Amino acid sequence: MEQERHVLVIFPHPDDEAFGVSGTIATYLEMGVPVTYACLTLGEMGRNLGNPPFATRETLPGIRKKELQASADAMGLTDLRMMGLRDKTVEFEDDEKMVKMIQGLIDDTNPSLVITFYPGLSVHPDHEATARAVIETIRRMDAGDRPKVYTIAFDNDTVNQIGHPDVHHDVSGVNEKKLGAMNAHASQTVWMMEAMQKRLDEQDPDALKWLNTEHFYTYTF
Amino acid sequence: MEPVKQEELQKLIDSFAGKDVYIHLETTNGAYAAHFQEGFFNAGAFIRNIVVNYELGKVAGESPHRVGLKLPSGWIYAQGITHYELDEYGRLLMAGLGPDGKLAVALQISETPFTY
Repeated sequence: MEQERHVLVIFPHPDDEAFGVSGTIATYLEMGVPVTYACLTLGEMGRNLGNPPFATRETLPGIRKKELQASADAMGLTDLRMMGLRDKTVEFEDDEKMVKMIQGLIDDTNPSLVITFYPGLSVHPDHEATARAVIETIRRMDAGDRPKVYTIAFDNDTVNQIGHPDVHHDVSGVNEKKLGAMNAHASQTVWMMEAMQKRLDEQDPDALKWLNTEHFYTYTF
Repeated sequence: MEPVKQEELQKLIDSFAGKDVYIHLETTNGAYAAHFQEGFFNAGAFIRNIVVNYELGKVAGESPHRVGLKLPSGWIYAQGITHYELDEYGRLLMAGLGPDGKLAVALQISETPFTY
């Protein structure tokens, strides 16, 4: 992985960072690269309340806030910013207000690399709205000042539209931290992680690939 | 939250009748429904902190229950309610949870606004 000046990660939900980026975040931090994670909402609308329930619609945000902090701790991340928007409403926010918020984060951290979702191929309306705002903000910058942008795309039509990712990170050195980030989001991931741990114990090649590598699409303007 | 005991839930709903109360009502299939099942028609609705004053509220049917509130010039209802709780702030939280523990519908009544 290339050395960076500062990495700014922008996603809307607690746990968006865990699955495909936590290894990258942990690796940059071990390389001494400062990383900021701006999480736009607290996942207030998460559907998983358990049966029997472990949470209510009203207690879930507090739980997810603690899980987000625990995930940051697991990755070794100290600059975690909770931006105070509400889950499932990001696309209804004022577009210019969104750009201003992202510009504020960029002004503050002066990143050489920004990581977010790929607009149009990231499925959840909050992901799409976040990606649009980030790309629009960086598009407005002078070409010479723009940070690199790595994106995550997982729409079913992704490969058909933009092919395969061009950036591949070996994150095998931070296995435990990545699993720690995933497990920190227990209210969303506990069942998935039980299955994943079993596959890892059995040395399932796909599970090991997921654990040890992370992939991104470079966004070009 | 615990599974609905119909008589107890009815008493709680009665206790908010005739007062100005804040309502939270949502129904959802989840944002990923169409991602996981191509062609799925995904619909949902969400309102939060709308103030109403209902004259009559009723829990109907076997579990999952239907809960309806009769307003002076309108109605609110939710279908699929399985669980409820009167929380520490005196708010009546009702939820419909699928067998997988996923929230499908929520109807909540409070004398104070729900948090943003």
